[in-house]
Amino acid sequence: MLPTESKKALSFKRCIEDGDLVIVYERHDVMKPVKVSKDAVLQNRFGVYKHSDWIGKPLGTKVFSNKGKFVYLLAPTPELWTLVLSHRTQILYIADISFVVMYLEVVPGCVVLESGTGSGSLSTSLARAVAPTGHVYSFDFHEQRAVSAREDFEKTGISSLVTVEVRDIQGEGFPEKLSGLADSVFLDLPQPWLAVPSAAKMLKQDGVLCSFSPCIEQVQRTCEVLRSDFIEIRTFEVLLRTYEVKEVKMDTSSMVGESHEEDNEGMRPCKRKHRSNEDVTVSQDNSSNATSVVMARPCSEARGHTGYLTFARLQCLA
Amino acid sequence: MELNKDQTVMSEDKKPQDPNPRFACEGCSVLLDVNDGDRLVFARLSGGAILKIGNKNYSLKPLIGAPFGSLFQVETGEDGSFLSRILPIKQENSSNNVMEDSRDNREIVDNNEAQNLTGEEIEAMRREGAKGDEIIEALIANSKTFDKKFQLSQEKYKLKKQKKYAPKLLLRRPFARSICEAYFKKYPARIGFLRVDALSLLLTMANVTAYSDVLVVDMVGGLVTGAVAERLGGTGYVCNTYKGNSPYPVEMVRMFNFSDKVLERIVQSSIKELSSANTASPEGNNQQEGVCNAENNINETSSTSDIMVEEISATTEAGVVDIVVPESKVIKAAKAGAKASKETIEMWRENGFSSLIIAAQDQDPWSIAKDVLPLLSYSAPFVIYHQYLQPLATCMHKLQQGKMAINLQITEPWLREYQVLPSRSHPHMQMSSFGGYVLSGIRISTT
Repeated sequence: MLPTESKKALSFKRCIEDGDLVIVYERHDVMKPVKVSKDAVLQNRFGVYKHSDWIGKPLGTKVFSNKGKFVYLLAPTPELWTLVLSHRTQILYIADISFVVMYLEVVPGCVVLESGTGSGSLSTSLARAVAPTGHVYSFDFHEQRAVSAREDFEKTGISSLVTVEVRDIQGEGFPEKLSGLADSVFLDLPQPWLAVPSAAKMLKQDGVLCSFSPCIEQVQRTCEVLRSDFIEIRTFEVLLRTYEVKEVKMDTSSMVGESHEEDNEGMRPCKRKHRSNEDVTVSQDNSSNATSVVMARPCSEARGHTGYLTFARLQCLA
Repeated sequence: MELNKDQTVMSEDKKPQDPNPRFACEGCSVLLDVNDGDRLVFARLSGGAILKIGNKNYSLKPLIGAPFGSLFQVETGEDGSFLSRILPIKQENSSNNVMEDSRDNREIVDNNEAQNLTGEEIEAMRREGAKGDEIIEALIANSKTFDKKFQLSQEKYKLKKQKKYAPKLLLRRPFARSICEAYFKKYPARIGFLRVDALSLLLTMANVTAYSDVLVVDMVGGLVTGAVAERLGGTGYVCNTYKGNSPYPVEMVRMFNFSDKVLERIVQSSIKELSSANTASPEGNNQQEGVCNAENNINETSSTSDIMVEEISATTEAGVVDIVVPESKVIKAAKAGAKASKETIEMWRENGFSSLIIAAQDQDPWSIAKDVLPLLSYSAPFVIYHQYLQPLATCMHKLQQGKMAINLQITEPWLREYQVLPSRSHPHMQMSSFGGYVLSGIRISTT
């Protein structure tokens, strides 16, 4: 997934090979990760796709099914991976992930601790940020989840950057061997305040901690504990609003003068909508009354809450 | 010429090559946070650097060698006031029983008679070398209303007086995050109203990581260029491209504490140079470059003078974002943005860029995108930032029609900060309601 493996880096010359992980893109909301294997096929509602047809083609191209329908094959990125990974837990999405990586001041070479691993959505982005020389230590108390996460990191080619361990961070704290080595710590735990004292031990001076919690009561308790060793304690909520873009035919004739007799019915929206097709035909004749305009408006539904992000900086005592 | 001089200065300074330096050394760029974010100042540390707080000048010399994250307070000694490092006092959870405090503001009358100490008396205390904390204690002792105040108002009162009589200064490392926040607070128009959450989205959506070749169109003063370079950590390239003959200024890159290794990875090249195939006659090319270099130099001198104006004005009006220049010797960071070498341009022609970020104010996104998008590898992600929605909508529509990209989406980040205190948690009363729009997508092969 990352260009640290130089032969897999994106390039005009880079062609799909046997064993590659690709993202099969049908639509922006229908995507699937597929491991290319020369004898395998992909079957979806559009028909059957032979992997052998894909090998040797550049990434970002269309491939066709036996019924002549196409999908795109894309190179995996942490963003696409977040959209296709199997949800073993509630995951972090792009807005929170981006903000966390920026606010934790993660740059190449950093050592970052994370708990829990969950589905590995954030871990993948953290790995991208610390590459090529840094490392992410991720902890989860759930044995099976840790195993699945390791398998995923193997699949996406970031396993050399992420170490997953089974450990109850709330109960036991982070392992002593990492004491004073972490540039940043990320907590996504039900009772993060229990892990704060251990996180403080792990951090280098001036290191940054982030705690993600869906409920304000969790934030409240975490902040109370943070105040003893941390400064610059700040809590945020970050969300995304998406827009839909459409080309719309707009009747631009004025209500007075040049208008058609139907314009008197403008007070009744239903009727008017009904007539819009005719209006367009008329306007094409006159070529002045209806113009097509590209317009944007926010999508009607959006994620309204993910969690609160609390950041804090370890006090500098030395 | 000047470039060479700068470089010698830098190498003499032995700038640490640690990717993540933890100490503020002489000659490095630092961010000074006065009174918990009330004022943010960028400074380059040297023995002669001076910062004005209130109506007094303070030498920044005590900051040299201190770890980032250190706290300083104004102290008065025999030779006047100076900055002195303080170790933080552990705060005990004292305000847990706020709800039981029954005092309120019924007895507080705003008649300006609450304080018995006069301005002259306070000034006299200061002259005699009283510490800031002592003045605050005296103010509280002489306040008729302090005891009647609600516990929380008492805390607020103390904080207000502390800021005035015992200002604190926090030494911070400049990062993309803090640089963006500081500019957004003071000069949002200079960075095209690009808020820190929007900047973080750009970096994420453009898949910026070590060993990538990121093409940027940075018309926000170098903020995007610097933020990308920070994530590359001295590998790959960030190539700043531009229309016409003169590159866009990237002076904000100086605020980051980049090592030479990182700075070498920041290059520039015009859209024309990047797009032209090898068909142009070599002679014509040379001539073209001669013109470019001449204009570059002009551009560099003019942008330097811009910075000087900013520096001078900073000393007269106490802004949130100032730049402090040492009085005696100006130590400058090495210049970023050398011309991309022929070999590198050739490499990009063969392989394509691995991602693209456009943050071009006053430019139509589509007219840039249509020229630079073909420079990207297939399946490469791109992002276009703009402070207006309409041009992005038009751009997205044209990309869709031209079947040049998939996974197209316009998003607008929304960021809200919270006050979290025992029994007093709520969103901040004031918030930024706009941080820009982002169009993202993935380039596809049309063949």
